[in-house]
Amino acid sequence: MADISINFAGIKSPNPYWLASAPPTNTGYQVQRAFEAGWGGAVWKTLGEPILNVTSRFGAHHFNGQRVAGFNNIELISDRPLEVNLKEIYETKKLYPDQVIIASLMVEPEREKWHELVKKVQDVGVDGIELNLGCPHGMSERGMGSAIGQHPDLVEMTTMYAKEAAIVPVITKLTPNITDIRVTAKAALQGGADAVSMINTINSLIGVDLDTWNTIPNVNGKGAHGGYCGPAVKPIALNMVGDCARDPGFNIPISGIGGVSTWQDTVEFMLMGAGGVQICTAAMHHGFRIIDDLTEGLSNYLDEKGIASVSEIIGASVEKYTDWSNLDLNHKVVARINNDICINCNKCHIACEDTSHQCIDMLKDENGNNYLKVREDDCVGCNLCSIVCPVDGAIDMIDLTPTEPPMSWNKREAAIKML
Amino acid sequence: MGNLLKNLIADDVLKQNFEEAKPSFNQQEALDEANRCLYCYDAPCITACPTGIDIPSFIKKIASGNMKGSATTIMESNPVGASCARVCPTEELCEGACVLNHSTKAIPIGDLQRYATDWAIKNEQVLFQAGKKNGKRVAIVGSGPAGLSTARELARLGYEVTIFEKKNEAGGLDTFGIVPFRLPKEIALWEVGQVEKLGVEIRTNMELGKDIFADELFENYDAVVLAIGMSKVPMLGIVGEELSGIYDAIDLVERTKEGHYDAGFRGKRVAVIGAGNTAIDGATTSIRLGAENVKILYRRTEAEMTAYDFEYEFAKQDGVEFRWLTTPKRLISDEEGHVKQMECVKMELRDSGKDGRRRPVEITGSEFIMDVDIVVKAIGQTRHTKIIESFGLEHDGGVVKVDPESSITSNPKVYACGDVIFGKGVGEAMVVSAAQQGKETALSIHERFNESVKEIAL
Ligand SMILES: Cc1cc2nc3c(=O)[nH]c(=O)nc-3n(C[C@H](O)[C@H](O)[C@H](O)COP(=O)(O)OP(=O)(O)OC[C@H]3O[C@@H](n4cnc5c(N)ncnc54)[C@H](O)[C@@H]3O)c2cc1C
Ligand SMILES: Cc1cc2nc3c(=O)[nH]c(=O)nc-3n(C[C@H](O)[C@H](O)[C@H](O)COP(=O)(O)O)c2cc1C
Ligand code: SF4
Ligand code: SF4
Ligand code: SF4
Repeated sequence: MADISINFAGIKSPNPYWLASAPPTNTGYQVQRAFEAGWGGAVWKTLGEPILNVTSRFGAHHFNGQRVAGFNNIELISDRPLEVNLKEIYETKKLYPDQVIIASLMVEPEREKWHELVKKVQDVGVDGIELNLGCPHGMSERGMGSAIGQHPDLVEMTTMYAKEAAIVPVITKLTPNITDIRVTAKAALQGGADAVSMINTINSLIGVDLDTWNTIPNVNGKGAHGGYCGPAVKPIALNMVGDCARDPGFNIPISGIGGVSTWQDTVEFMLMGAGGVQICTAAMHHGFRIIDDLTEGLSNYLDEKGIASVSEIIGASVEKYTDWSNLDLNHKVVARINNDICINCNKCHIACEDTSHQCIDMLKDENGNNYLKVREDDCVGCNLCSIVCPVDGAIDMIDLTPTEPPMSWNKREAAIKML
Repeated sequence: MGNLLKNLIADDVLKQNFEEAKPSFNQQEALDEANRCLYCYDAPCITACPTGIDIPSFIKKIASGNMKGSATTIMESNPVGASCARVCPTEELCEGACVLNHSTKAIPIGDLQRYATDWAIKNEQVLFQAGKKNGKRVAIVGSGPAGLSTARELARLGYEVTIFEKKNEAGGLDTFGIVPFRLPKEIALWEVGQVEKLGVEIRTNMELGKDIFADELFENYDAVVLAIGMSKVPMLGIVGEELSGIYDAIDLVERTKEGHYDAGFRGKRVAVIGAGNTAIDGATTSIRLGAENVKILYRRTEAEMTAYDFEYEFAKQDGVEFRWLTTPKRLISDEEGHVKQMECVKMELRDSGKDGRRRPVEITGSEFIMDVDIVVKAIGQTRHTKIIESFGLEHDGGVVKVDPESSITSNPKVYACGDVIFGKGVGEAMVVSAAQQGKETALSIHERFNESVKEIAL
């Protein structure tokens, strides 16, 4: 059995799975249920000054019969009294000393307010502090959340305030609602953060009701943009994690968040540089019991690969993630159709014919049976046909034997300059 | 299928007829269905499985690609989970309870279970480990689903287990009795192998009452489990039963399981007597051996037949004909002592008998003659009454009496589970119930010894 425990910025966790700061970590009752089920840690629902919530709060993007491809909310931070939360954190930590509790905090960017709150949560025994600089709705209109997270100078300053009072590790949670995550990530680093976590939710509107013309969700006929999360945001989050991990000027741990639903997603985030992951939507969709497959699947995967500890995979794919200008222009891939597996839906043909490079021919064999064939000379290896193909294994993308040595745009430009 | 097979009698074709009839899911089918499962909380499908497999969990694991975890979840609850994936009457159990019956279409739980366990078989996975030896020894007689299940659980709890099996191979009816085109022998033997890998010793060719005796077991073991199932098909009790051309359905299936395909069925007219699953299996086996025409004769009607719906469907698709309210009275011989005809009589159903079922009664004067070449008897199974008595156990017509809570028989050292305790008139016996009883028996044994075992460990 592989070792799936992690040491994240000095915080030891029995497994890489933490519940993200959100409704699943709203109360001691819930966090204790999660720990009982086997979660490695929980980032408590963000604490701050008292707020009021609205109903309704959530919306979801269902895609072709699969529920919750994406999820959206206009919920604010914790609406329970700080004292109650602190008491429950204390009790929960006492009951589960080996599992991780991180306090997520959000106050205005004022030194005293941060110091005061950091000290309060430290006093009840949290293992770390997460700064919520990412909530994109509501709180941002009051100068908090993503209103801070979108300003590198405020990110740095807030992180610094927290660090001044903190004795436990400080994790700065970043908003994806920016142009280049590396800028705010490095601002956090500059402010002294021990780690960053990403991503918080993305600005979004789920939809508009075709009969009432109301937004989805709506509050008494009106809506406001919410934060998007769930499986749909995974590629966005994965890129942001990878971008930070491959930046030579960035060297602190990253907690990967955004659409993690399975142990497979987890492996991908960790390969791309995450030291652990946080999960919200998947737990909200299925309950805490998903932790069973998350941990077992990860452990079986590592065993199968002969890897002793999950720590060994952290960042293993980072060196493969680079700039476009470093990609090999001489590498050639073509599509090849396996006619024995193909079910002749012709989806690949029409996709290529109408929207790519017109190189999949619809043919008849000597018995009058339809078959498809790729004209490999014209194929640009775009992957489109294999993406639309509904049958596993019907289209292979084949690496052709290189006829010329690798040549990237950067190398080419350099060579031209030499001339 | 009957028509199709008539002319196909080459040996390799016969062999093909006995290969597993239903193809397994490919990956895409499995993923499509797995992703359709709602992953219900407190799911009714779990409750409907006699072994309580955590069905949503094993299906979720197929969807996530955690195949080893999926197979482990199944086999954890059901030591013969690969066999059950094929032979359980799922419409009446898990799939019948699936919540999607009320909205769209039930999840094909059996097929998904087969997909996951097939993965474990193909990838030669060892899913469980033996517990630390606790010094207690248990003898189990019979290596069918009940015996295997008891053995596996006891081995995991640290007991030293020896199984005594009269046949040359273990697995009971899974290995020898359930038709190979539904349950190939290799599947049952893989499950046997999984149990052996936990250090359980299976001593085949050891028949209780012949090669080993009750006293020896009492002397050498801390507990004895009787899991010998039921026995052969009973006699019809009519004239001509000794003629050639009369078969016992269970023997017939057993021979095909061993790869012997009786040439004597090709192009012949076969009458199968009975209407339980054994009769269906006898009939479909006859078809696959190349019989020209196969009829099932039953003295009651379609409504009373005990075979599962899917079995009945399967037989109809194979081209088996049914003659309801019909009973054989006499078998008629040709010059060589072979059956050539059967005198039958029509029946009618009258007010309920003792067991609450309506009683079939002969209609006088309705006798008629049916031409047959082969008669297959499938009117249930007899009991191992002699062995049960050699143990000195209380029984009810060969059904061993146990305390349902503890599986303990009238002898406090002897436990019994599986078909050997299967009561009469309560439908059909099932592999899955035998497996569950095996688990319960193991737990009951452990409850008895747990305290003393702990003392030893201290
Ligand atoms: C033809 C047929 C078809 C069936 N189809 C299905 C089906 O589709 N689905 C389903 O769920 N169930 C089916 N069943 C029922 C199922 O097979 C049984 O309920 C199940 O096998 C019972 O398990 P068991 O371990 O109690 O007994 P068995 O499987 O009968 O095993 C008993 C074992 O004890 C051994 N034994 C007996 N006497 C002695 C002795 N004196 N010494 C040593 N060993 C001995 C036997 O050789 C055998 O290996 C079918 C049964 C039959 C007969
Ligand atoms: C209903 C809801 C409430 C949330 N509340 C908070 C919050 O209070 N603090 C915070 O840092 N993130 C909050 N988040 C964001 C999550 O912590 C997480 O970053 C995001 O949902 C992405 O992860 P996921 O795709 O696994 O859901 C919330 C998310 C949801 C869905
Ligand atoms: S899940 Fe449904 S019942 Fe529960 S709080 Fe939300 S709206 Fe109410
Ligand atoms: S999309 Fe796939 S299945 Fe459909 S025609 Fe093309 S290769 Fe065949
Ligand atoms: S009841 Fe049906 S949908 Fe629900 S968990 Fe069971 S198999 Fe899946």
